[in-house]
Amino acid sequence: MFDALAERLDRISSSLRSRGRISQRDLDEALAEIRSALLDADVELSVVRSFLDGVRSRCELEALSQSLTPGQQVIKAVNDELVTVLGGEPLKITYASRPPTVVLLAGLQGAGKTTAAAKLATWFKSQGRAPLLVAADLQRPAAVEQLRVLGGQAGVPVFSRATNPVDVAVGGVEEAVRVGRDVCIIDTAGRLAIDEALMDEVRTISARTSPHYTFLVIDAMTGQDAVQTAKRFHDALELDGVIVTKLDGDARGGVALSVRTVVGKPIVFASVGERLADLDLFYPDRMASRILGMGDVLTLIDQAERSMDADVVQATAERMMGGQFTLDDFLAQLTQVRKMGSLGGLMRLMPGMNRDLREAADQLDDREVDRIEAIVRSMTTKERTDPSIVDGSRRQRIARGSGTTVVQVNQLLRQFKEMQKMMRGMASGAVPNVPVMGAMSGKLARAAARRMPDGELPPQLAALAGPSAGVPSGPLVAPRAAASRPGSKKKKGGRVTPPKHR
Amino acid sequence: MNHAVLWIVIAVAVVVLGAATVGLVRVRRRRAVESGRPPTAPRSMPAPVAVAPAPVEAVAAAPPAPATPPAAPPETVAPPELSSRLSSARSLFDRVRALRGGSTVGADELAEVEEALLRADVGTATTAVILEAISASAADRTLGADGVAGALRCELLELLGPAPAPLSTKVDADRVAVWLFVGVNGVGKTTTIGKVAAAVSKDQEVLLAAADTFRAAAADQLETWATRVGTDLVRADEGADPGAVVHDALHRAASRKIRLVLADTAGRLHTKTNLLEELKKVRRVADRAPGQVAEVLLVLDATTGQNAIAQAREFSDAVGVTGIVLTKLDGTARGGVVLAVQRELGIPVRVVGVGEHAEDLLAFDPVAFVDALLGE
Repeated sequence: MFDALAERLDRISSSLRSRGRISQRDLDEALAEIRSALLDADVELSVVRSFLDGVRSRCELEALSQSLTPGQQVIKAVNDELVTVLGGEPLKITYASRPPTVVLLAGLQGAGKTTAAAKLATWFKSQGRAPLLVAADLQRPAAVEQLRVLGGQAGVPVFSRATNPVDVAVGGVEEAVRVGRDVCIIDTAGRLAIDEALMDEVRTISARTSPHYTFLVIDAMTGQDAVQTAKRFHDALELDGVIVTKLDGDARGGVALSVRTVVGKPIVFASVGERLADLDLFYPDRMASRILGMGDVLTLIDQAERSMDADVVQATAERMMGGQFTLDDFLAQLTQVRKMGSLGGLMRLMPGMNRDLREAADQLDDREVDRIEAIVRSMTTKERTDPSIVDGSRRQRIARGSGTTVVQVNQLLRQFKEMQKMMRGMASGAVPNVPVMGAMSGKLARAAARRMPDGELPPQLAALAGPSAGVPSGPLVAPRAAASRPGSKKKKGGRVTPPKHR
Repeated sequence: MNHAVLWIVIAVAVVVLGAATVGLVRVRRRRAVESGRPPTAPRSMPAPVAVAPAPVEAVAAAPPAPATPPAAPPETVAPPELSSRLSSARSLFDRVRALRGGSTVGADELAEVEEALLRADVGTATTAVILEAISASAADRTLGADGVAGALRCELLELLGPAPAPLSTKVDADRVAVWLFVGVNGVGKTTTIGKVAAAVSKDQEVLLAAADTFRAAAADQLETWATRVGTDLVRADEGADPGAVVHDALHRAASRKIRLVLADTAGRLHTKTNLLEELKKVRRVADRAPGQVAEVLLVLDATTGQNAIAQAREFSDAVGVTGIVLTKLDGTARGGVVLAVQRELGIPVRVVGVGEHAEDLLAFDPVAFVDALLGE
């Protein structure tokens, strides 16, 4: 829904360039679109209203920029407003001078508290702390057992006893002192915010353990009711922050905006997967693009920076620009990209992904990428440099070597040819409309191509990656000289790399 | 320039790799189809196919006749209770109900209705449809004495349709009926099964299949319910094949002449294709003799917003959902998104959950739901 927002906004105001300022009527129309997009993203109604006021004043204050279309300008205003509202100071965890640092988790049933507790313990562990998990959810059958298993997986001790939640929580903190754990994470039972008895109970736990941090755990898929829940929990417990869970789905997570606005406390962590390590600190700018449905470019770049080999990237980029892209480069690129994570996950972070592409991304099984790698690795160096020499018998050999079929080898070669064509087009500055595959719309290919000639980010992305985004502006990739160092990573010469997969 | 280069490389690499991989997947799929294997489970059937009205006599005749397995509605409590459980939603529509007046509907009135609907998570698209219908009936001068509130009530009822059929155990003779419970993480699948088991086991023997082998201690949680309710349970170690659990459960049920198996499944986000594939497999296993799938129930959390539509769509495409269990309606959430799900996908709500106790399960009654929503 928000995917189409940029287009809709562009359509509304594409005729406006000459006027130098967005007219009231067009702005109203644009804001109506934004309103329904925000509502579809589950942002709470009153929050939507105050948010739109913010966007309006931003739009009215700024003169129309030369480089952005009016639609883009509105989007930028929306993005800036989102970052402002979501952002503010992120919560910096400070540790108690007299350990343990007590962390209390609370929330509705099924928000993911127990899993979040284990993930949080894993995170603290990665920060060099020694956490203790306290299972004070005695309500749900087997919740204690669940935390024990998760604690075992995380390598974190779990404390519980079958008395009552308050006693367990207090006992847990004492236990942490006794065995010298410096962080104590208390998992509580899920409760409805209107359940007075249970809210009293958690209030008592809070009073008796005086937690340094009280986090509300909330499901990213929560609708309008999130605000009620957050308010009531905040009233009862004085929250320090919020943990948003299940962000690995396709929920836009408007709840982050709602809760941030209403409670005024930062979103501290985002849970983005089923593994215990899938808990990230929360980045407002990324959430903004997510709510806007613009992909998560910054996370992508971040992952790239962390995992890609700058030399290789630079070299590949140069060859791509130069219009000479071989299967060896493809392989190098593939290895680099795979270091960043699962391909489907990466594709989902790309902006400009429409529903079809998103679906395609979800279909991706990384074992398929293994297969591609196997095919390329089953080729000789000569074949990789010049795939046109691959004839029938070579195909068969490659298929046998990689444990695939001739059809699959053909498929890959055909795709590679398209790829080369596209890159040549980019290098020559033309904007070719090469549908990479049926699945890949020409639009995306064009969009990718459009980014190439001037070496600049398109304005929409520039707005996202601009000063507000806080990306370090230092060199991401090594200078040219270093990159063109002879004989770096890749082995040249007549050697055939043995097939990795059978 | 550096950013730009890096960006380009990532973009191209990801797109290109994605294209190549998707291409390969497609080729393989096509080959699978050509070789005669059905690629996916059958799509969602219109509700009537899978849902047979439970014959009342069969329930009365308690001892199960082997040829005609008794169909027992799990619903035990009189529906009117729902409105008392939903009372927290009243204030939402207070201003709508305060709108007295004649046969005309002004922009202000519509704005009030719109706000109330949006706050109940009905969503922009369905809200627009409802508003349009109200304006239309106002233009026709068919608004009754109750004015806008009355028109709204009519529209909501029409959207929800008639009261849904009770859960069906109707399967072929000598097959074991399976109710498969599916949904995303944390919506209350295991708790729901516990409650359903408590309700159904009053009339007939059931077997629980703990096919959630992923979440830590999920089987323990279900086992607690099984003990509480006094039913048998089939489970396996964590990480075991969920299909195997269902298979074992069916064979045990068949050998003990138990006619109904309730299968729990691991919570999975509807965006994870591999997990949906796993679920399809579980469904295939459940549908193989001696089993037969009688109901696939999607458990939805009433606090969920518009994402519920995507959940319903994906799960329905994957395993053919026959009905929705709407849980956690005892909170402040209104679960209005089920109106959107019903309108867009035609999947009816069958059962609602209103608490953590065994008896906190009600048959879905559209009239009670709408009245509760409107606070009447």
